[in-house]
Amino acid sequence: MDEADCTQGAGRAYRRTDIWMSRITSAFKRLRRENNRGLLAYITAGDPSPGHTVKLILALEQGGADFIELGVPFSDPIADGPVIQKAGERALRAGTTFPKVLDILRNLRARSEIPVIIFTYLNPIMRYGFARFASDSAAAGADGALLTDLNIEEAGLYLAEMQKHGLDPVFLVSQTTPDDRLRVLSRSSAGFVYLVSRAGVTGERDRVSDQARRLIERTRRMTDLPLAVGFGLSKPEHMRALAPYADAAVVGSAFMRIIEEHQDAPDLAARMCGLAARLKDGLRIPAEATAGR
Amino acid sequence: MAATTTTTTTTTTLPDALGHFGPYGGRYVPEILVAPLDQLEIAYDQARADNSFRDELETLSRRFAGRPTPLYHAKRLSRHLGGAEIYLKREDLLHTGAHKINNCLGQGLLVQRMGKKRVIAETGAGQHGVATAAACALFGFECIVYMGEEDMRRQSPNVFRMRLMGAEVIGVNTGSRTLKDAISEAMRDWVAHFETTHYLLGSALGPHPYPRMVRDFNSVIGREARRQFLDLTGGLPDVLMACVGGGSNSIGLFHPFLEDECVKMVGIEAGGRGHRLGEHAARFSGGSPGVLHGTYSYLLQDEDGQIALTHSVSAGLDYATVGPEHSWLHDQGRVEYVSCSDEDALEAVKLLSRLEGVIPALESAHAVAEAIRRAPDAKGQSFLINLSGRGDKDIGIFRENMPGLG
Repeated sequence: MDEADCTQGAGRAYRRTDIWMSRITSAFKRLRRENNRGLLAYITAGDPSPGHTVKLILALEQGGADFIELGVPFSDPIADGPVIQKAGERALRAGTTFPKVLDILRNLRARSEIPVIIFTYLNPIMRYGFARFASDSAAAGADGALLTDLNIEEAGLYLAEMQKHGLDPVFLVSQTTPDDRLRVLSRSSAGFVYLVSRAGVTGERDRVSDQARRLIERTRRMTDLPLAVGFGLSKPEHMRALAPYADAAVVGSAFMRIIEEHQDAPDLAARMCGLAARLKDGLRIPAEATAGR
Repeated sequence: MAATTTTTTTTTTLPDALGHFGPYGGRYVPEILVAPLDQLEIAYDQARADNSFRDELETLSRRFAGRPTPLYHAKRLSRHLGGAEIYLKREDLLHTGAHKINNCLGQGLLVQRMGKKRVIAETGAGQHGVATAAACALFGFECIVYMGEEDMRRQSPNVFRMRLMGAEVIGVNTGSRTLKDAISEAMRDWVAHFETTHYLLGSALGPHPYPRMVRDFNSVIGREARRQFLDLTGGLPDVLMACVGGGSNSIGLFHPFLEDECVKMVGIEAGGRGHRLGEHAARFSGGSPGVLHGTYSYLLQDEDGQIALTHSVSAGLDYATVGPEHSWLHDQGRVEYVSCSDEDALEAVKLLSRLEGVIPALESAHAVAEAIRRAPDAKGQSFLINLSGRGDKDIGIFRENMPGLG
């Protein structure tokens, strides 16, 4: 895909094939049918301002993102590296609250059906209230949520509310997660399971860790849910390395670094779209590589 | 003097298996840290059940750290205030200058057992950083201490002491550049290096098992003080007082007295310079329950659940949340939590220094200030204050605030 495509408008829309199936699940089914891998693009809502976010999401979709992880900024993001930390600071300075994120979602839904997973830390959501969070998010058009520091042992109320409102709860699993816990976390997830590819916080790294492939293989034995791999991924070669194994790749810091460096540039959206296109291209796998899958 | 009585044991058997004190505590961490925390919990449980671990810790506490610390009757201060008799538990006389070494020796021995060689820690006032640096020198561990740049500025003597003992001090320039941000940065380091690294958390907070473990290592304060007070007076104190930042010195003093129903307890938070959010660190009067740094507890936050900035003249109390066991004791009404202003703490430093020849740390001075406030109306009662640290590190701040002394 060349840069010119990124100057066009309107995203690719698809219809939910089954009203009982979430947008996330139907997107993964479509990807499987097309023998394709998904790109989950993370973006911090409200960076550099709440007014930018819908346009940037549409650019990511235009470039080829299949899912959006919409980050709600939190003052103390302990799982994030410097790039996403700074993105959150910019968004908070611009006045991004959870109700503003819901506004962004509603505006997005007027123009796109791309699946959206709300991605944040527990405290802002606990403060908002799990019941209100789930009902308001579903009403605004969200499809799922991932709360980085909500462990399964403490998630009872959250899971009940997510289920009540038809939202997919997504849990993280990592290289340190033992098999029995991997099974519990997979069973508690819907839509997909998020695999943390390596130790450390979010941020761009040179190569995909060897841990990632082992974790994918271990998780496959526990669940039929699609597996998305994230943390440290930023380049097309990372996508190519994962495409034979994973169902989707998550990229965050690389997009947020574009905002950091080009927030005032007129071609900000085109740059986001361009990176999404290059990453998505890396996820296309040659037919012979999928034989026997 | 109060008589010894027993009350319900439910309070002293907490936390439960998942680290809960009532609704508080628990574990709220990135998934990758669950297994290292489980490993730590198992190692700690094994060590606790092992007499040789307890013997080693006791020997080190005696020969390296200087335990037991004295219980001192502050007669001149008591006479000056004209009411309650005031006693000081002299944790300020411990090696490295504060109670923090109790926990560092305990966790240091645990690190040795777990076979890890690299230790990371956060520090606010620098007392935990200094104690960690000393323990790492003693055990031969690599030591990295995260410290907010604002705290490095106001507690610079401690930065030098840490470096002198071989620790690497890494300045943190995010957020308010204080304790909160130092803990966040230490957790980010741990997420990346948990295989080789132990996070030597310095207060009774964070994810399970830290609140229990740090409390246990500091409970030596209360056990000693209780015995010493009985020996000295034949009874128990009427009121215990201790400052509460994260809450390790206070829970260390309070916990062994929890079943003594007649002993009242007062925790003193930093009232800072005002009542508005951002001007203090009084979590119980100004906060509400929430999650920060792995635990559910009273928290200073805004209406959107963002963590509020805090202020205190004492770096060690300048923190947005509090150990979860304190939240439980607060809700149970077992401990009363109050706050004391920057100004009153500085006045308490002056009075204690002049009348008793004891210069308290600014943190501990908050507890002294509350005793000064209450003592005149408490004739016939006895107050036991945990003097958790000494004021040497605060000379720069004293100088700024006490003109005329040079």
